[in-house]
Amino acid sequence: MFDSLSDRLERIAGRLRGRGRLSDADLDDALGEIRTALLEADVELGVVRGFIEGVRSRCSGEVLSKSLTPGQQVVKAVHEELVEALGGETLKITYASRPPTVVLLAGLQGSGKTTTAAKLAQWWKQQGRQPLLVGADLQRPAAVEQLRVLGGQAGVTVFSEPGDPVAVAAAGVEEARRLGRDVCIIDTAGRLSVDEELMDEVRRISSACEPHYTFLVIDAMTGQDAVTTASAFHQTLALDGVVLTKLDGDARGGAALSVKKVVGRPIAFASTGEKLADLDLFHPDRMADRILGMGDVLSLIEQAERTMDGDVAARSAARMMEGRFTLEDFLEQLQQVRKLGSFGGIMKLLPGMSKEMRQAADQIDEGQVSRVEAIVRSMTPGERADPAVIDGPRRVRIARGSGTTTQDVNQLLKQFREMQKQMRQMMAGGGMAGMAGMAGMAGMGGGRLGGLLGGRKQLDALEALAAGGDGGGLSGLLGDAGGAGGMPPLGAGGAFGRPSSPSASRGAGGARKGGKKKKKGGRVTPPKAR
Amino acid sequence: MIVVWIVLALVVVATLGVLTATRVRRRGRTGLGQARAPEAAPPEAAPPEAAPPEAAPPEAVPPGAAPPEAPVVRTEADLRQRLGRTRGVFAGLRDVRERRSVEAATWDAMEEALLRADVGVATTTELLGDLRRRVRSGEVSGGAGLLDALRDDLLALLGPEGTGDAGGRSLHYDEAEGVVNVWLFVGVNGVGKTTTIGKLARQQAAEGRTVLLAAGDTFRAAAGQQLELWADRADVEIVRGAEGGDPSAVVFDAVQRASARGQRLVLADTAGRLHTKVNLVEELKKIRRVADRSPGRVTEVLLVLDATTGQNGVVQAREFTEAVGVTGVVLTKLDGTAKGGVVVAVQRELHLPVKLVGVGEGLDDLVPFQPADFVDALLGG
Repeated sequence: MFDSLSDRLERIAGRLRGRGRLSDADLDDALGEIRTALLEADVELGVVRGFIEGVRSRCSGEVLSKSLTPGQQVVKAVHEELVEALGGETLKITYASRPPTVVLLAGLQGSGKTTTAAKLAQWWKQQGRQPLLVGADLQRPAAVEQLRVLGGQAGVTVFSEPGDPVAVAAAGVEEARRLGRDVCIIDTAGRLSVDEELMDEVRRISSACEPHYTFLVIDAMTGQDAVTTASAFHQTLALDGVVLTKLDGDARGGAALSVKKVVGRPIAFASTGEKLADLDLFHPDRMADRILGMGDVLSLIEQAERTMDGDVAARSAARMMEGRFTLEDFLEQLQQVRKLGSFGGIMKLLPGMSKEMRQAADQIDEGQVSRVEAIVRSMTPGERADPAVIDGPRRVRIARGSGTTTQDVNQLLKQFREMQKQMRQMMAGGGMAGMAGMAGMAGMGGGRLGGLLGGRKQLDALEALAAGGDGGGLSGLLGDAGGAGGMPPLGAGGAFGRPSSPSASRGAGGARKGGKKKKKGGRVTPPKAR
Repeated sequence: MIVVWIVLALVVVATLGVLTATRVRRRGRTGLGQARAPEAAPPEAAPPEAAPPEAAPPEAVPPGAAPPEAPVVRTEADLRQRLGRTRGVFAGLRDVRERRSVEAATWDAMEEALLRADVGVATTTELLGDLRRRVRSGEVSGGAGLLDALRDDLLALLGPEGTGDAGGRSLHYDEAEGVVNVWLFVGVNGVGKTTTIGKLARQQAAEGRTVLLAAGDTFRAAAGQQLELWADRADVEIVRGAEGGDPSAVVFDAVQRASARGQRLVLADTAGRLHTKVNLVEELKKIRRVADRSPGRVTEVLLVLDATTGQNGVVQAREFTEAVGVTGVVLTKLDGTAKGGVVVAVQRELHLPVKLVGVGEGLDDLVPFQPADFVDALLGG
């Protein structure tokens, strides 16, 4: 595996530790490492050059801050430059005063246009809009069929007819108007930027349906060619934004940086999985963290906010506070978490997750979750409330009822007991220490998982959450994590927190508080050895 | 409130993680390698008659009425012309050729060409490092000499010229009586697996082989239909399964059917999957095991790579090779502006030969890989 940019930066910072000031040679050395890391992350060469120059001027231009070591200074400069290069703002969609708002998708073959179209339809539906999907990919065999199936899954009508894609697109917009739909998403055939005929076709589609938003769909695994493709499409279509797909792989997605730079338009959406719900607005600061190799806890919070059932969560939380968390609650929580998307996806959003941890989470597939569910459902209400009554014969019955083995049942019960114990301890501790304890508890499997989950970054994130919770509201959370304490010392722990970013200003209120608490919590549960 | 809930969620996830880890360890001990256990039918439970009704009998999928035209054999010049679309992008290297001495700018231009072609930092550094040594020792001199040396090095990296066994680029086919050859196509989403199979089916049929397609992509909506349309165009038969069904069952069924009807070559499509998804990789391993069961024999596992792919292509090649023993690479979409230089890194690290190249959307736009043409295009002529 490539070293992530953050690994390299840590190494640079380590090398520069103890230096009073940054010499030119040190800086060149550091910039060389950054260049390699960016190239390995598939950032386009020209963009890399510009980026390096940007970092250089940030480092040399800045008055030497007494509070930052040279290493930290470089890291901070890289993060700032990265966030800026990715575009500071998230796309704000304005809707046409005379509906429908027409959205045109274009891109190379296999970049994921059809799937993205369906995901966007679902996303807009969730925003309370009534989208219509238009299948204007008449080139690839069965593309329209694919869109129809996906549209069916999203519960969105799909319009298409055989013939000329230009006519179909125009007719689609008419259809949306007739049906009173307010968003019309047009899927087009994949095309190479050098194919003049097809590029002309997409231009004609564009002028026929006059899109309010034209998005280029691009694969996060794309290499250096991203720039060539993006600029060709931009020239032809005047793009309004980019949709980045297949971010659920392990590609670093440097293409995002390249495309943003060349097109000069924001990356509007990012797609992170095979499910229709796995699409969201793109957040530049989070992508910066990804390219740097950090997690993305903010996306998780938003996802949770969107999907969680407030009543259920409140009930479970209350029981947890009282130390009466039963298997019934566990089951409910399980179903809530399931709504968030794949477990692997969730893990990816958490900072400080190791590759092993992510793989373990990836292995949790629907089948296994169903198995756990089946075990709990095979218990009587009495057994769920008090698992202690489950003796040998009951275990056999439960195993048989759920189609599992007694070993599986035992394993679940053991884990659950462990969890209850931790929860009680945590509640006894209360307050901030409780939060810290929780982070440790999250890895109640003991050794292996505990070490991974209870790590430093994890704590930082949780405490940023806690601080935001005090302040109330999501904006507090956002600002907090973004600005949580600027630059933590790049010490023995090796992890650096989220360097301060423009988003810090969004929740300045709670930031100081969060920063303070972080340090305290960090000592409560020092990171375990990996 | 949210905080508490997130923590609860974490707890649940972590618990599941522990349970999973335990399960996997246990399974490892008992020697059962499947992560997607009870609901997925074991391969043994997929006899031909259990095949879903959608797996229409071959008669129900009539081959296209039109007589198959002989495939157009693409000449080298033809391929060169197609690849040539991308030429002239890097005029920098043309300057290099005209220079008499080797300067810093020369090295920069060469590095740029390689990096821009997605050859990757490590491979580029290695190639140029070696050249620097040879320039210092006087073995190589002048811009033209340098470029020729780089070209030779790249060719050496890509392995011997030719499409026969010498270059390791022939498609393996077992002639033995009663064997059903299975060529398995794997890769991440959207690289062009289904399209490649469509094109290859026609070529193989034209070579006189009896071909059957297995629509093993039961995940992506309408993937089966897509392959069926290709089967019509290529005038070959196809076995399909239910959408969302077990892909192993489809492949098993295809092998059985091929065996019964005396067809010798099954081209098996699989759903695109990211190599990071453990369950899906396990599913792929299972497909391979099932396909390898007599009379089936997996004689090729072809990794389809998109020429636009960057450095992640190396990771893909490594992970898929580890999982299912990839035997060769199909490099698709080489008719665009991307150069596909990542295959150089793939060959360097994993010794996986590129066997086929996709250069367009037409039925005949799949050609044998020609290293010399590829390298010339890579270096911009």
